[in-house]
Parts: sequence; C-alpha cells; structure tokens
Amino acid sequence: MEKLSKEQVKHVANLARLAITEEEAEKFTAQLGAITDFAEQLNELDTTNVEPTTHVLPLVNVLREDVAVKGLDREVMMKNVKDQQDGLVKVPPIITE
Amino acid sequence: MSLFKKSAAELQELLHSKEVTIADLAQEAYDRIDAVDGEVGAFLALNKENALAQAKEMDEVPFEKRGPLYGLPIGIKDNIVTEGLETTCASKILEGFNPIYNATVVEKLKEAGMVTIGKLNMDEFAMGSATENSAIKPVHNPWNFAHVPGGSSGGSAAAVAAGEVPFSLGSDTGGSIRQPAAYCGVVGMKPTYGRVSRYGLVAFASSLDQIGPITRNVRDNALILETIAGVDEHDSTSANVEVPHYVDQLTGDIRGLKVAVPKEYLAEGVSDGVRKVVLAAIDQLKELGATVDEVSLPHSKYALAAYYILSSSEASSNLSRFDGIRYGYQAKASNLDELYTKTRAEGFGDEVKRRIMLGTYSLSAGTYDAYYKKAQQVRTLIKQDFDQVFEKYDVIVGPTTPTTAFKLGENIDDPMTVYANDILTVPINLAGVPAISIPCGFDNGLPVGLQIIGKYFEEGTVYRVADVFEQATDFHEKTPQTWEVK
Repeated sequence: MEKLSKEQVKHVANLARLAITEEEAEKFTAQLGAITDFAEQLNELDTTNVEPTTHVLPLVNVLREDVAVKGLDREVMMKNVKDQQDGLVKVPPIITE
Repeated sequence: MSLFKKSAAELQELLHSKEVTIADLAQEAYDRIDAVDGEVGAFLALNKENALAQAKEMDEVPFEKRGPLYGLPIGIKDNIVTEGLETTCASKILEGFNPIYNATVVEKLKEAGMVTIGKLNMDEFAMGSATENSAIKPVHNPWNFAHVPGGSSGGSAAAVAAGEVPFSLGSDTGGSIRQPAAYCGVVGMKPTYGRVSRYGLVAFASSLDQIGPITRNVRDNALILETIAGVDEHDSTSANVEVPHYVDQLTGDIRGLKVAVPKEYLAEGVSDGVRKVVLAAIDQLKELGATVDEVSLPHSKYALAAYYILSSSEASSNLSRFDGIRYGYQAKASNLDELYTKTRAEGFGDEVKRRIMLGTYSLSAGTYDAYYKKAQQVRTLIKQDFDQVFEKYDVIVGPTTPTTAFKLGENIDDPMTVYANDILTVPINLAGVPAISIPCGFDNGLPVGLQIIGKYFEEGTVYRVADVFEQATDFHEKTPQTWEVK
C-alpha cells in the first residue's frame, strides 16, 4: 500500500467527524503511518480462499418473538439530553448560510 | 486491616458468626479507598451513600436467604453502565453521564446481593494497556507506584491488589483483564466470547469484548463468573450454552491433563525474568501430574496487526454514537456538523482519535480489502491454529505478558511499543476462547502472570488448572505495600 498522506488523514478525520488542527494532522500522519507500516506484515501471508471471520460463534439469525415490549419512558430517556424543549431533543441548525 | 485478603467463603463465615456486618464490609472498602486511593487512583465515582444504606438493609436479611456472594463488596469497571451512578469510560465525552439502566452483569450481581462500591478507572473507552489513557487520572501499580498497573482494566486490577475491594469486574478486548491482572498480581478471567452478556457494556470492539471477574483467588473468580454468565435476550451474541457450577469443577486434580506450551509464547520479546518464572510454573504443573509438550501457533506474530485493524474498525463504528446530542459532553457550535466535529475533537483523547481514524481508514473504499478483509482472513488462520492444538490438548499455557509492568510515562508517546505488550493476549480474543491470568511469581519485585487458555466454553477446565497451581503455591497470598497503610 501507498504511504498514508497528511491529506488522507484529514479526509479520514472528516469522515469520522473529528475536527483536527494542522499540527494534529502532522502528528497523526506519522503515528498512523507507523501503525499501517506494521500492518503491512499481513501481506506476507497468502490468504487466497481463506474465509474471513467476522464472528467466532456459529450464530445465525437470533430472533425473538414478534411481540411489542414496552420501552423506557420518555422522561427517563431525556434525562441525559443537554439541550431540550417540550420533550424534544434540540440541535443547532443543520443548514446555515 | 486485612479483611479483603479473605476469600468469599471466609468473609461469609465472619458474617455468619456476626464478627462483621455487611455494613462493616462496605465501610471497610471506603476506609481503604480513603487510605490508599489518593496514591493508587483506581476509583472514579463512588456509590457510598447508596451502598452503605443498602448494606444496612441487607444485614436484616436472614442467612438462609443469602447466597455465597451476598453482602460482599465489588467494584465495577467504568465502561459497564450502572443506573444512577455516573459512568464515563474515563472519557471527557461522557462527563456527567448518568445511565438510565443497569448492565445485565450489574443486575445479576445485584440479585446475588453484591454491593457496588464504585466505578473503576480505565483507559479511555478501554483503549490502552497502561491506564495512562484515562482522561481523568492515571492509576499506579500497588506493587510500585512508579509503574503502570496495566490496562485497560487498570483500576479494576489495582483496586483488588491494593485491598480496596476484594472483587471487581473488568472487560477484555485484547487482554484488558488478563494483562492488568498479571501486572498487579491478581486473578483475571476473560471468558469465552458470548459467555457473558455484553448488554450495558459500552461497546469498543463488539466481536471481541467480554466482561470478566478480577479477584484474589481462583475459587472466588469462578463463583463470580458463574453468577454473571449465561444467555441474555438483550445480547443476541450471548451464547445459549449451559453455565456449569464452576466451583464444583475444582477437583484439585490435574493428573493426566494435556498441556501445550506454544514456542511462540516464550520466544524473542519475552524478557528473561518472565521466561524463567513461567518455565518454573510449567515445571510445577508437570510435578502436579500434567503432561507438557511444546507446540506451535504459527500465526501468532500476525495477531497484533490483525487485532489493531479489526478492533479499531469496530471501534470507529461503535464510537460514532458519541455525537454530543443525547448524553455526555456537548461543545458549543453554530451548526449541527460543527457540533459533531467539535464535541468529538474536544471530548475524545488522542488514543481514541487514533483508533477511530485507523478504523475509518481500514474500512474506507480502496483500503477495505487490503486491511479490514485481510485482517479478518488472518483471524481465521489464528482461530485455526487454536482449533488444531485443542484437538490434542486440554489447555495452552504461557506468560500473560512479555515483561512485568513498565514505568509510567515510559511509552506514552509511542503507541506501537505499548501495543506490543498485548502480543500474548490478543490472539485469544481473536479466537474467542477463554483464558485466565494467575500470579506465578515475581521478577524484580513485580508480579508475573501465568496465562492458561482453554477450549470454547471450558472455563471449568481453566479454573481447575489455575486452582491446582494456586493450591500448590503461595504467590496469590503476597500483598503489596499498600496493605500496610492503616
């Protein structure tokens, strides 16, 4: 793989919704570069026809009965919401000029 | 005081003979915390008022209605949600978060009558191996305050080692119970993936995370696992496999047991001191009647890279929920996108940001096949290594960590060196099998952990081996200097 660039790090930070400064971008580029260099060793292994493991237990479609179950009360669910009005969650404008 | 040096059974005897009350035990925990936690730093939020009131009420309950853990104090890692008791994952982003329900494990402990003393410090979101990534404060190793306690369950291991509580819960994604247990000289179990419900465990890497007990002896550890294990309708990945009475499986006999020692686990990178202590422990197992053979887990060296890609990928997805809107820290912002990016930038520490970015990168179009999928394929090879060895052997044994606890601040700017510390624990999480770390000696005054790895859902065998070793040795009875503090 190509070496991770500072531009890529900024792009990834944006995808992950993390504001980063120019200085942080420099630092993370070096640190993430060291980690991805280390990860290159996986390419020493031939994994042709090896199935990927997403989960170690052979579980398929764990379902419950399709019956309605009472959820938590709204008041309880709103307990940790910082900004709220009339039982609704308030957020800043989505579109600004 | 050495009340918490006693086992659960011994504490029950004291309660039954009315030498102490449940309220005394809870008070003892808070007194110990007052005396030593300023230096250890294991505890975050304390449940003092509730716990003492609850303990007093529990003292009224007749003995015939009490189980073996009734009235005993326990500390809970801060990534396990506790209703009404602040839960932060040692992160600024969850500052002031007051959970509205209990994790399944907390409910089960409550049913068994255990008293929650407080929440235990950890690496932020369980990402780290030294508890130096706690956004609140570092934890110091009770054996030597200049050294780290390990991580991420550093608070859970240090609190037990320092005698602040006799038992705690931790969580283990890549070694986060076993490595601090090894560094602090206590017993820490990572159960089989799916053995314990993850409902209410703040998710780091969902295909790897497991909750498990940290204790001073093997028997108590088995007792607590038995209490918290089992299928749970709230966690679809919890396994519908019967939970045996682990304590009944402690037969004290390992004659004829087949032990495998992977040559990769004693290779280069493992310090001479740790190797010497662990080889002596393996000899001890032989003397106790086990047969020991050297085996190979050939893909071990690739586990670390696969682990960091997979765990970070899962974390990048799991931690996307922290948006500043529904709970925790909220940055000032003039529009929604800014609210997300500023809350996350100000709320997460550097290690968490690094892993979110590594994960996001590994999952991106163009890198997905080369990193994420490749790591999943390597995971298959690692799992197969274990499957093959377990066709012929009952347990796999080796060191828990390559060295003893390193010094605080020594590796803080070098993530790769800290990651390398997990080389002997991450393969176990990738395979999903159970493993315990128990005290097996000392190197330069710091504890060394022996790791015993079992087959899927055979925690009973792991406990049996650990118990036999413990009965034959006295390492678990040693206590650090903090016990002298009155």
